Amino acid sequence: MADVYHALDDETRRLILDELARRNGQSLFELCSALTMRHGIGSTRQAISQHLAVLEAAGLVTTERRGRTKLHHFNREPLAVINERWPPAGKDL
Amino acid sequence: MRIHLTSIFVDDQRAARTFYTEVLGFEVRHEIPLGDDFWLTVVSPEAPDGPELLLEPSGHPAVKPYRDAMLEDGIPLAQFTVADLQAEYERLTSLGVLFTQPPTDIGTAHVAVFDDTCGNLIQLVAMKPAAT
Repeated sequence: MADVYHALDDETRRLILDELARRNGQSLFELCSALTMRHGIGSTRQAISQHLAVLEAAGLVTTERRGRTKLHHFNREPLAVINERWPPAGKDL
Repeated sequence: MRIHLTSIFVDDQRAARTFYTEVLGFEVRHEIPLGDDFWLTVVSPEAPDGPELLLEPSGHPAVKPYRDAMLEDGIPLAQFTVADLQAEYERLTSLGVLFTQPPTDIGTAHVAVFDDTCGNLIQLVAMKPAAT
């Protein structure tokens, strides 16, 4: 599985997760529209598709089919490694 | 110059005729037999002399890979305008139409995307009133 830290080390990929956190289950077309309209990201669909592949390889994005269309979901589970490595200070006390 | 006719490919012209008239509410403008197929166009009853949409047979071998890829990525191949997107979304959903994108505010308009059951995704758009 690809590295979570690497997957998060890119503003466009973080914005993709923001958009999926706002509403899960979006197609590539929809995500590209949201990135353009809401964030001024003018990347090509191919570039966004490659970013999604990195997020998917890291387990941060999962996909399902609605009809024949691929929809993307934000999976937060891999983020647990961050909290496990550096627990919030309060939890040590 | 003006746009008089545009086209989309459909898997089955008879099924497409039913979906585009009975579900979407368009009217058949031309239905001319051409061998095994038809020259089949529909228009909106709101603009009977407006642009025609040609529902074209999808037999050419290049059509399937092209449309499959567009479907997978959620990319609509035509765009229709409605006055009230939420009402149209509810009406079509109640008729069993599958939406890949629910009504979404994109700033200047509300948009949604549905599957036309003929191999295409269609975007519905309701423009917001211009700010005064």
